[in-house]
Amino acid sequence: MTPLLRVTGVTKRFGGFTALDGVDLEVAPGERLGLIGPNGSGKSTLVNCIAGTLRNEAGRIELDGRDIGREPAFKRVHLGVSRSFQIPRPFASMSVIDNLRIPILYGVKAPVTLDAGRATDEAMRILDQVGLGEKAQAMSAGLTQVDMRKLELARAIAAKPRLLIADEAMAGLSASEVDDILALLFTLKERGVAVIMIEHVMRAVMKFSERIAVLVAGKKIADGDPQAVVAKPEVVSAYLGQ
Amino acid sequence: MDFPTALVLNAIIAGLLLGGLYAAMSVGVSISFGMLDVVNIAHPGFIILGSYIAYIVNARLGFDPIAVGIVVSPLFFALGMALYRVYYLCFERRGQESLRGLAFFFGILFITEVALILVFGVDYRMVSAAYQDTTMRLGPVDFPMRLVVPFLVAMAMVIGVEIFLTRTFFGRAVLAVAQDSLALRLMGVDTLRVKEFAFALSIATAGMAGVLLVVIQPVQPAIGREYIGLVFAVCVLGGMGSIRGTLVGALILGLAESFTATFAGPSWAPAVSFGILLGTLAFKPSGLFGR
Amino acid sequence: MSNRAFALVVFAAAAGIIAASRLVTNDYYFSAAYTVLQFVILATAWNILGGYAGYVNFGSAAFFAVGAYSSVFLYRWVHAPLPVMIVTGTLVAGLLGFGVGYLTLRLRGVFFAIATLALAVVLFTCVVNWDYVGGSRGAYILQPKDLPFGLKRYIHVLFGAMVLMAGVALVVARTIETSAIGRGLAAIRDDELAAECAGVPTLRLKILAASVSGALMGMAGTTFPYYLSYVEPSAAFNLSYAVNSIAMPLIGGMMSWMGPLLGALLLGTVQQVVQVTVSSEWNLLIVGVLLVAFVTLAPNGIMGWVDKWKRRRK
Repeated sequence: MTPLLRVTGVTKRFGGFTALDGVDLEVAPGERLGLIGPNGSGKSTLVNCIAGTLRNEAGRIELDGRDIGREPAFKRVHLGVSRSFQIPRPFASMSVIDNLRIPILYGVKAPVTLDAGRATDEAMRILDQVGLGEKAQAMSAGLTQVDMRKLELARAIAAKPRLLIADEAMAGLSASEVDDILALLFTLKERGVAVIMIEHVMRAVMKFSERIAVLVAGKKIADGDPQAVVAKPEVVSAYLGQ
Repeated sequence: MDFPTALVLNAIIAGLLLGGLYAAMSVGVSISFGMLDVVNIAHPGFIILGSYIAYIVNARLGFDPIAVGIVVSPLFFALGMALYRVYYLCFERRGQESLRGLAFFFGILFITEVALILVFGVDYRMVSAAYQDTTMRLGPVDFPMRLVVPFLVAMAMVIGVEIFLTRTFFGRAVLAVAQDSLALRLMGVDTLRVKEFAFALSIATAGMAGVLLVVIQPVQPAIGREYIGLVFAVCVLGGMGSIRGTLVGALILGLAESFTATFAGPSWAPAVSFGILLGTLAFKPSGLFGR
Repeated sequence: MSNRAFALVVFAAAAGIIAASRLVTNDYYFSAAYTVLQFVILATAWNILGGYAGYVNFGSAAFFAVGAYSSVFLYRWVHAPLPVMIVTGTLVAGLLGFGVGYLTLRLRGVFFAIATLALAVVLFTCVVNWDYVGGSRGAYILQPKDLPFGLKRYIHVLFGAMVLMAGVALVVARTIETSAIGRGLAAIRDDELAAECAGVPTLRLKILAASVSGALMGMAGTTFPYYLSYVEPSAAFNLSYAVNSIAMPLIGGMMSWMGPLLGALLLGTVQQVVQVTVSSEWNLLIVGVLLVAFVTLAPNGIMGWVDKWKRRRK
């Protein structure tokens, strides 16, 4: 079966600094992949390269066997790649529900002649799913941290992705808030959406992932069964710093 | 037809000397825009302000304009600090970057120009300095002191800024702030003061550049707007935040304008700098020395 | 209110205004109204890119002048009738907006703004050197003798044309604002990167907004040569257009079509009064000060205050 996402030999440099060095990664349709690694290891850079907000100098990025390396970011969204941001980026002048209208209108290939009613229904459906249903009319700029994270994910989901990349969606949240987000990500499984979860909250990563990949200093040093990977000495030392 | 050697040589010399002035005018933008990411399009307004201050002191009291410029520099420095405070409080801190800040500085530029019109009128003003009428000759090439003296002062100023930024502690703090403000804050440096200082420095250079400008040519209030393109063209061409790049960019622009004026006519000269700016933005926005 | 209904209301109002103007005898008011309407169109047009998408255009005068000078060109060349001039000027200015947008909108908003500044100067230099349209000496445009609709004075024709064009500008602005395109532009304004990652084709929408904005600004300039009867570059590229097309939407409010209209009517009228009683330089100074004051203290403009007050009452 062709992998949904295949990243081969991706290298990204910033001036003299190599952020990603020949990274290979594969994600099967509907798979739940955890991506971990110490700060500065290149995880967000990899996300940006996959999503199209950065251009990699070398390597291929394929979705369903099709090379998407030259496509602008918005096209990749239409093709099925969606991402949430580490630091939430709501559309501050809009209400929560209006925030969702954007990916509903634009997330799939244009032209979308969705009448206002259908768009509202779909937005409310997703908002209810993430638990923001009652706050639909609230201004997005005034939300709490955890609600903003939920909105980030809701926006990513609304684009009807086949692959969703959740970039540290749980950073700084309390235990019950982490559970909320986790539950949300699990529901994507029912829809067959593949998820790459980038996280430091190990409890969540272990619970969620079918597979874990580890990135250290721009290189992938481990990739496989979660229990096996986190037991590896290189992985342990990378986190504890040897 | 004889190859117009004399014409070409003179165009080159004039271009280089002019380039020195342009470097002086642009080094401030290199700091405020290139390093601090503040789009101060009011920069040329301060240049013209410097020109008019030199004019008025020179006309009333007869002092040499460049001397006036040096004496008045602290005033521009203080003005720059005050302006940055306002900018920081109203815009940067609120994170309302581009649009408002741009409109703000545009308003400042505009107010400066109109205020000057109200006080001085739209006539051209000039200064008289002792050396303005002297011209050195070296073979077929003219070296008008009117251009040479400002060139030397401009070079001194630009080199001075480069030395300050690369050799002194505070200067390097400015360079650091440009690269990673957060890291600097974590190290305990008061980044606001560093940025404020840098911006004030940029305005001080603007004032001085204005003095040099009015020695070279007569000025009127609207000239400020014509130099916006030039100043940003030099900055972008040189790669934003690189003083050396600014110098090279300025010399290139000076030469381009000089040749255009000599061979196509002076009325085309303003279009040259803007044309180069548009071209650079469209095709190589990181500039010649870009990061 | 649907866009169709809005258009009907606007053009009914336009017809009403034109009809009511038949009662006015003093030509001065037509002249003053012409200028204010010019600003309504310019401010509304500017706001499509500046307010809706967040990309500042400092070169409104360039687009305005393109409209004016294309009229001069057509007059010189084939003595074209006014409607032809209006349509041509609008298209040429739109093309310019498209071109500049295509070249510079892929960069940060700041570079676009600087490029528009550069544009004004480059075009000014070109026009000054172009003798066919009069160059720096200027060009004379004679108002036609035969007037349509049985009108007696040409300023009345121009006034009518401007009212209709203002209506067009408002309808276009509102249609964009309430459509999916408007939402996309708002997303770009709020957070362009997030918009791109939500599937919004940011570059395409920005270029569209720049083209429409430029076209409408050019439209505002197409009747200008007839209004003055004599056009020279510094009149067409007047500083007042550059600052007012930014100040009026800023003061009125940039989030919707009502802001620029409000700002233009208010500020335009104030300026007409000041210009006559004091001087045009003081006039510009006041606009400049208001611009700075509003951008620092009330960046959402008057409509912003209204919205805040409405929300507090809820």
